[in-house]
Amino acid sequence: MNRKRAQGRFVFFCIAPAAILVTLFIFIPTINVFRMSLYRMGGITNRKEFVGLSNFQSLFDDKNFLQTMQNSIAIIVLVTLFTIFFAILFGAILHRGKFKGKNFFRVIFYIPNILSIVVIAGIFGAIYNPSTGLLNTFLRAIGLDALAHQWMGDQKIVLYSIIFALVWQAIGYYMVMYMASMAAIPEDLYEAASLDGATEIQMFFQVTLPLIWSNIRTTLTFYIISTINLSFQFVQIMSDGGPNGHSEVFLNYMYKQAYGAGVYGYGMAIGVVVFLFSFVLAAVVNKITDREVLEF
Amino acid sequence: MKKQNPATKALFKAIVYIALIVMTISIIIPVAWVFMASFKRNAEFIGKGTNPWALPEQLQWQNYVTAFVDAEMGKFFLNSVIVTALSLVILLVIALPAAYALSRFDFKGKKILNIAFMAGLFVNINYIVVPIFLMLSGANRMLGVEFFLDNRLILSIIYASSSLSFSIYLLSGYFKTLPKGYEEAAYIDGCGYFKTMVKIMIPMARPSIITVILFQFLSFWNEYIIAFTLMDENSTLAVGLKNLMAVERTATNYGIMYAGLVIVMIPVLILYVCVQKQLTKGMTLGGLKG
Repeated sequence: MNRKRAQGRFVFFCIAPAAILVTLFIFIPTINVFRMSLYRMGGITNRKEFVGLSNFQSLFDDKNFLQTMQNSIAIIVLVTLFTIFFAILFGAILHRGKFKGKNFFRVIFYIPNILSIVVIAGIFGAIYNPSTGLLNTFLRAIGLDALAHQWMGDQKIVLYSIIFALVWQAIGYYMVMYMASMAAIPEDLYEAASLDGATEIQMFFQVTLPLIWSNIRTTLTFYIISTINLSFQFVQIMSDGGPNGHSEVFLNYMYKQAYGAGVYGYGMAIGVVVFLFSFVLAAVVNKITDREVLEF
Repeated sequence: MKKQNPATKALFKAIVYIALIVMTISIIIPVAWVFMASFKRNAEFIGKGTNPWALPEQLQWQNYVTAFVDAEMGKFFLNSVIVTALSLVILLVIALPAAYALSRFDFKGKKILNIAFMAGLFVNINYIVVPIFLMLSGANRMLGVEFFLDNRLILSIIYASSSLSFSIYLLSGYFKTLPKGYEEAAYIDGCGYFKTMVKIMIPMARPSIITVILFQFLSFWNEYIIAFTLMDENSTLAVGLKNLMAVERTATNYGIMYAGLVIVMIPVLILYVCVQKQLTKGMTLGGLKG
């Protein structure tokens, strides 16, 4: 059985490097997040003290964390709703519409998705700048001075400014995704519907939407995960949670506590809570959007 | 049966067009504006009577020279090229054999390994970047060296590790679709396992390899938070840009800042123009992001 042994050796050498790297840089750090959340750890002194769930207890008395939670939930909900609306709308238009330049729009809408978060933050810095920004100077030029704001400086507005940037960034990606599943719908369904006298809008609600529903459900999980991640990077670069914590989000708060303030145990406890939160939220959303699957 | 009358149809069409055009403008104008602003002199940004919508008075190439040399964007650019290339090489050298073995061979423990790699898909790097930092700085302290942080090779290994799960998932999905006959023919011709994989099977997986390269090029080039946490002097372009943005905004050197933005954007936009078809097609193969 020499051949068998040779095969075993070959398989081992193929998989071992990948297994080692994933263990070392993905699994061990993940386990560490959970383990460290049970300790009180100082940054400089490097003292470690087991404190059980006390980090989690102080978390729920932490006013800043509660505000962070509010902001994050608002961002997740609003970004998902707006992105899903525009992505499906534009996807359906480009899928069913009969006009020239469809490909052009698809190519343009996808551009924000290929840009680095830092670049997008820079672009929105140029848009939101209160005195020389594109948005305020445009509003003043068309006589709507009253609408000009401190987009990143006003406590009431800053969260929406960040939500707008996130939606702007995400529409093209999800649109392309929905278009791919719309393209799989057989053409004769639309022909049959139009013979029955259905309008384009009726066809959208009766044919397109039910048939891409399972795809939309899948993307709901993506929205939750990617909004938590992307809002962190946007906020980290654009506002760092300011002014006065009004744009603070989950992972930026974690990052600040752990990497910034060096309170590693507390920071990791935040990470654990956010991870569980996103997991539970995805499961709940998945459950309540469960419909009978229509097939074609 | 109700026929739509022409007026509502025309109105519907007009609304559709307006929506598309507004969205297009909201993307093209800011991006184009950054290109335009990168050629302006500083006096065209600050002070009374400056109009951000005005065209630059002349093409101020000096902004780019300053950004590249004085703000060290040239150095960061080179670092990004090195890190991106190195990460892609490491990723492919490690992911391809693993994907091949997991999809084409039967052996003990295969199921567990498959599940383990799939589980890696659910771990997001944003959560574990601080533990990785602590691990590396701990290794430094233990060995009394300054090796593990601010190291381009280590950064590349971490980038590659972070996308191993996804790449193995995508590549092994493709390997599974290839017919079994090729390997058998190769073995009969006296070709060993390794040679069969490298000479016959991997070349056949080219379409999926290209998909992996395209996506990972974008994510490695654009990556920000890991590099920001682990790197210092040897940082990548995205982090360099972030620092440049912070410095130039307070010093109100806007022209240089926008030149920096363009430097980061250009390679990605050029790549996109060349491969946008494959990119949007490949995305649906197994799109996950964030």
